[in-house]
Amino acid sequence: MGKKPELLPGTLDLLILKTLSRGSMHGYGIAASIKRVSGDVLTVEEGSLYPALQRLLLQGWVKAAWKVTETKRRARYYTLTRDGRRQLGEEMSEYESMIAAMGRVLEDA
Amino acid sequence: MTGMPLRVLRKLQLLIWRRRFHRELGEEMAFHRDEAKKEFRAEGMSAAQAHRAARRQFGNDLQLQEQSHDVVAFSLESMLQDLRFAVRQLRKNPGFAGTAILVLALGMAASVAIFAFVDAALLQPLPYQDPSRLVVAYETTNSCRECNLSYPDYLDWKKTNTVFSSFEAWDASVYLWRGPEGVQAVRSAHVSGGFFRSLGVAAMLGRVFTDTDDTPAAPRAVVLMYGAWQSRFGGRQDIVGQSLILDNAPYSVIGVLPREFHFAMRAAEFFTTIHDPSRCGQSRGCYELYGLGRLRDGVSIEAASAETRTIAGRLEKEYPESNKGRSARLVPLQDAIIGDIRPTLLVLSSGAGLLLLIAYVNVASLLLVRSESRKRETVLRGVLGASVGRLVRQFVTEGVLLVAVALVLAIPAASAAIPRLFSLIPERRLRGMPYLRDAGLHPPVLLFAAVVSLLAVVVFSVTPVLRLSLSNLRQDLAEGGRGSAGTLWKRFGSNLVAAELAIAMVLLAGAGLLGKSLYHMSHVDLNFNPANMATLEINVHGAGYEKNDELRTLSERLVEHISAMPGVVSVAHTSDLPITCNCNSTEFRALGHPWYAEHDMVLQRETSADYFKVLQARLIAGRFYTEADDSSKPRVAVINRALAKRFFPGEDPVGRTIGDTELSPKSLAQVIGVVDDIREGDLVEPLAPALYYSFKQETDGTLFLVVRTGQAPATMMPSLVRAIHQVDPNLGVRNEFVMDDRINDSPAAFLNRSSAWLVGGFAVSALLLGAIGIYGVIAYSVSRRTREIGVRMALGAQPGAVYRLILGQAGFVAAVGIVVGLACSVPAAQLLRGLLFGVQTWDLPTLIGVAVVLGICALLASYLPARRAASVNPVEALRAE
Repeated sequence: MGKKPELLPGTLDLLILKTLSRGSMHGYGIAASIKRVSGDVLTVEEGSLYPALQRLLLQGWVKAAWKVTETKRRARYYTLTRDGRRQLGEEMSEYESMIAAMGRVLEDA
Repeated sequence: MTGMPLRVLRKLQLLIWRRRFHRELGEEMAFHRDEAKKEFRAEGMSAAQAHRAARRQFGNDLQLQEQSHDVVAFSLESMLQDLRFAVRQLRKNPGFAGTAILVLALGMAASVAIFAFVDAALLQPLPYQDPSRLVVAYETTNSCRECNLSYPDYLDWKKTNTVFSSFEAWDASVYLWRGPEGVQAVRSAHVSGGFFRSLGVAAMLGRVFTDTDDTPAAPRAVVLMYGAWQSRFGGRQDIVGQSLILDNAPYSVIGVLPREFHFAMRAAEFFTTIHDPSRCGQSRGCYELYGLGRLRDGVSIEAASAETRTIAGRLEKEYPESNKGRSARLVPLQDAIIGDIRPTLLVLSSGAGLLLLIAYVNVASLLLVRSESRKRETVLRGVLGASVGRLVRQFVTEGVLLVAVALVLAIPAASAAIPRLFSLIPERRLRGMPYLRDAGLHPPVLLFAAVVSLLAVVVFSVTPVLRLSLSNLRQDLAEGGRGSAGTLWKRFGSNLVAAELAIAMVLLAGAGLLGKSLYHMSHVDLNFNPANMATLEINVHGAGYEKNDELRTLSERLVEHISAMPGVVSVAHTSDLPITCNCNSTEFRALGHPWYAEHDMVLQRETSADYFKVLQARLIAGRFYTEADDSSKPRVAVINRALAKRFFPGEDPVGRTIGDTELSPKSLAQVIGVVDDIREGDLVEPLAPALYYSFKQETDGTLFLVVRTGQAPATMMPSLVRAIHQVDPNLGVRNEFVMDDRINDSPAAFLNRSSAWLVGGFAVSALLLGAIGIYGVIAYSVSRRTREIGVRMALGAQPGAVYRLILGQAGFVAAVGIVVGLACSVPAAQLLRGLLFGVQTWDLPTLIGVAVVLGICALLASYLPARRAASVNPVEALRAE
């Protein structure tokens, strides 16, 4: 459908957590950061970003607070919690072992 | 899992601040869109282009918000959806829904109603201060476990004990009250001055007694029960200070007790003080008081018992002629009051509990059947993406709905059942259980109903969920809900029904044993003819009859006047009616027999000459006394068969001489006859040796009239009371009972009958539920096996073989249920032991009988589906699937 590659399933949470590990950010900032860091390869649809953020809030992995941006607008900033940091570690190692496994399979083939 | 409660909390927050959630989300998204727009502008788009691009990228605002909301919120909407779906499901299957709801409502109503009585009797505290510290004190001897104290003994106990913070006494009395409708005998009690203070009860109007009221010099005072104040004095506010005439003496009313007060040990209406100990009260050998003690702080009842026994031992040494063999016994007041009814309530609540259990099982198995036939629906929903959680929630919603409807039916039903159950209790028995009058849907009972409902919801949600988790979605899908009855169902469902039948078996066995014991009780040999017999108690003391001559004249006038009444066949009187108690005994000794200074207690009755004839008692040897055996003649006595057997084994008692323990000349009497054992005690009590003296030779002030009537005795009562008042208007008349009622309402018969009826009711309901259960299982299995049966028949199976197939399956389930039930019945019947009379808990004929009844019912219930199976048309069966 789209010309851009889809995110690997289940990796959106990981991307958000990783992005937030660099500091608090608002929703747009997160999306923009993922886009920029991935060299415009990964685009986070807003339709999945906000439900995902709510999910993370619910799990207690991130917390949110309203702050004022440099352009003097109110925006909700998300910050990683301690639980979130632990979760990030777990998801990272899971992801890495999966990539490693895939790599082995693909090299073999 | 630490996040779980936190998550629920957040969801709850969201539920409450739903609006705020949406506003914030909206603001956040608008910000996002504006930033995106800015970026598009920076890339060189026009304002309009950027706006469109941002909108396009973002999609539908509202839908996005909903998506975000759905992630985090309980969806109220989906809950409502579940509920609507549940209602639709139930309405689609009115047969299932109706059966399940009715069964459940029946079980819940029965258990809630019974629990209301348990609550009133066992859970509600007695209306005294700190009731657990109160004890009843008795003197105890070998032949009499809970005997009265004498007044001097009471004073000694009171003075010398160190274990009670207060020690008081009461006794039962009857006053003749001169009211606006003439003289009436009123149930009363004498109490010591500190009695109410010791109970911790204050008056509602006026005051209660103090120690100074309980002295001979004090003015005579009376305290009224709330009920007596209402019914006899119309609740007059100015009652305190009024004067009442009791036993021809003026008493002033000093107080009214609060409405909630009751004293089950003596259902008195008037309380007076002991005041001026009577002749009996001054003698250490005359016992008429009960002791009431309040334990000092930190003193256990064991320690108190030990000390009272020490005191009794000292009195025994000091006054051997009166106190020999008299020890002490303390019983917690609570046990003394509710001890009798506790086993009955335990039996009834067990019965109700079992019925509730069977109702649970029944509904659960119905649900299981349905979840089986809804397999396809479940699978489909699962495949279409419903999570297991969502499916479970659907079942829970249905369970809640089912239980809620049942509860709405059960609560009014229980509330209606309570007065019905109440009316099962005869007024005479209710007097001893005043606490039951408060039975109702009080908070603890409602809490119980809530717990029962919650349990039901859990059971009904878990059952289908259990099925979900046990079964394999893929296999279900492949089966597509077709084929033979699900293996899981076969295993689980028929187990449930077997359990149901086992419970029904236990209840039936209980009902059978109680029924048999009731039968035994109603066939106890009375050795007199109770038909058409009216009995009345006459109170003479308040009317001024003290001397023997006066009493003898009164006796003659009463007998003469009443026997002349139309409708009266014959009349006599006695000092104690049959079927009352093995009480009022005396020590006796036979002249010429060895005597070891032991207490030989026998019942003693003083009767008018015609007593045995009126009772139609059988003479075994010698003769009965007659009018001629009066005070001018040598004393004579009639003994009963039990006395003859026990004290004159192998010899002819007629002509022997008996007397008191000293064989004092005045007490000597010649045995002139032996009468067959008239049952003096309650139906379940053993026959006791008894001595009968002629009223003319042994005159006593207690008169119970027995009147043999030519018509229904109840209709004669008013004219009998009138006739007695024609002889003397000052006589008190009370306890007017037909002998048959007296027998039926005797404590043992009453407890046995009410338990038998209620447990019988539970058992019949259980039988019905069990039958519905097995019918459901077999019918379901037949419906699932239609195709298989069709094939069998197409291959030449005869209807007989099909019957055998289906009934064999039913028979197996029933047999398992019955065997398990039998095994459980024997230990369960131990609960009944205290109520059974003449039946062992393992009574084989009863157990076999109920097993047969249950088996037949089970087979009858399975016959219907079996017939349907046998009449299956093979062609249609094969085509249908």
